[in-house]
Amino acid sequence: MYYIDLAVTGISFGCMYAMMSVGLTLVYGLLRILHVAHAAVFALGAYATVLAANATGSLALGFLAAIIVTPLFGMAIYRLLYEPLLGYRPDVPMIASVGLLVLMQDAFRVVFGEQGVTFRRNAFSFTTFDFYGVTVSAVQIALVVTAAIVFLGLHLFTTRTRIGVGWRATVSKPRIAASFGVDPIKVRYLNFAIGSALAAIAGGLVALLNNLVDPAIGFVVSYKALAIIVLGGLGSVRGTLIASLVLGLVEAYGTIFIGAWLDRDAIAFLALIILLMIRPQGFAGARAA
Amino acid sequence: MSAYTISIVSIIGINVILAVSLNMISGFCGQISLGHGAFFGAGAYAAALAMFATANVPLAVVAGVIAGSLLGIIVGFASLRVRSDFLAVTTIGINFLFVGFVRKQSWLGGEMGISGIPPTGLGAAGNMVMILLMACATVALSLYVSRSWMGFAFRAVGEDEQAATTLGIGAGAYKLAAFGIGTALAGLAGALYTFFTQFITVDAFDFIFSVMLMAMVVIGGIGSTWGVVTAAVGLTLLPEAIRFVNDYRLLVFGGMLVLVIRLAPGGLAGLTRNLFDRVRQA
Repeated sequence: MYYIDLAVTGISFGCMYAMMSVGLTLVYGLLRILHVAHAAVFALGAYATVLAANATGSLALGFLAAIIVTPLFGMAIYRLLYEPLLGYRPDVPMIASVGLLVLMQDAFRVVFGEQGVTFRRNAFSFTTFDFYGVTVSAVQIALVVTAAIVFLGLHLFTTRTRIGVGWRATVSKPRIAASFGVDPIKVRYLNFAIGSALAAIAGGLVALLNNLVDPAIGFVVSYKALAIIVLGGLGSVRGTLIASLVLGLVEAYGTIFIGAWLDRDAIAFLALIILLMIRPQGFAGARAA
Repeated sequence: MSAYTISIVSIIGINVILAVSLNMISGFCGQISLGHGAFFGAGAYAAALAMFATANVPLAVVAGVIAGSLLGIIVGFASLRVRSDFLAVTTIGINFLFVGFVRKQSWLGGEMGISGIPPTGLGAAGNMVMILLMACATVALSLYVSRSWMGFAFRAVGEDEQAATTLGIGAGAYKLAAFGIGTALAGLAGALYTFFTQFITVDAFDFIFSVMLMAMVVIGGIGSTWGVVTAAVGLTLLPEAIRFVNDYRLLVFGGMLVLVIRLAPGGLAGLTRNLFDRVRQA
């Protein structure tokens, strides 16, 4: 039963990683920028969810507030930080992005306090179900169900709608897509808006899971997400989903097998470095260097 | 000199060594490293173990330098495989791995760190003088390398690796050299830090510290030794001088990093150069 418990933990964490990383991989696919500050968007989403839920008393309104605020923030990051830096070497916008993340983290600490914020009423965190001896919490189920809906929705959006097809076309062949009348600038804003909203949902669910949002919430996830998108083959949504689930499971089981000599949070980086050394172009064959 | 002044001056000296050595890797040779804290830490731990084993200061310095540069050359080999932003990601990974590994090692003190490291016998003021001498030597080495053939080759590799290779400059060898020299100096700084505090925990060498060092390099002007020295001194003093900065250290440093990249990518060095040019034209 212990091993199944670990699988439940691993899969639910994997779903969270997937929703967080998909925005990163989309930004990389479109602009070739490693958007480290995506973690600040994730944290902002978590804070917005808790604060709006506490203010209105409704969890649904909390999530709604998060997916309204974060796309604006994500688009502002693109407009004010990345767009002027597009002509530079790719490590320049990346360092700027790291700077922004560090800044935002401290800003969260200053504004909302070192201790973080918690839900005033949160029945979900403590609701658990028992399936033949395996304990599953309501938030874990919510994570898996939300991720399934999100990825199905994303799939339908990018294959069945005109905007979605234009988006995919711009990612793979920007010039040809532009000559067919797809506005590449609008696609970039759309990209940041959707990626940010998904990160916000992941952030809100993590807030529910821990019943706490503290300034460090985005910190480790941010760099892990970098590992995930490289493992998933940069720019590939499917690869990101698979890599997220694998990382979630490896971390869950890794804590028993290698936890004695390596921190749980370092496992992702070990996998990342090994992969980059063996296959600098990533699993799926996208160019990494 | 008060004990406070001595400790501030010592920290400034250590930060100057770290920032100048990172500038050799990232500024001269264009290999962005966001894991400089790991090499600093490797040097500090090696020096601490050497002090316990022998209580011999020169030997501990050598141990720190070797530990830093060994880890650095391994990462240097990584720079032959991955480039630019992915090298930066790899170095971030090295930093997290270093911290995650040390935290679980009981022989390195784990979470608690190593305390009660034998003193150097020089006293606080003597340590400070040693640190300052080493910092001056590092700056001199950086200025010398910058003007030498090696510095020219570093910059060629940093600007355009393929063009450098076409000119017969072996890019791989020079990248390894940059990592080797830069991380050996970080190891030296680690040893000096161990002498200075006599107590080390792995949290002092985390990724945020590496970002701080990169902020010093970028704000000073990437590639300019004097700019980086100025920024290292200024950014170490700033939180001491202004209470507000001390409370919101990461906010201020992160903000400065973003603003400098966005508005003045040449940093302090670039700004002074522009000022001189304008004065000359007027």
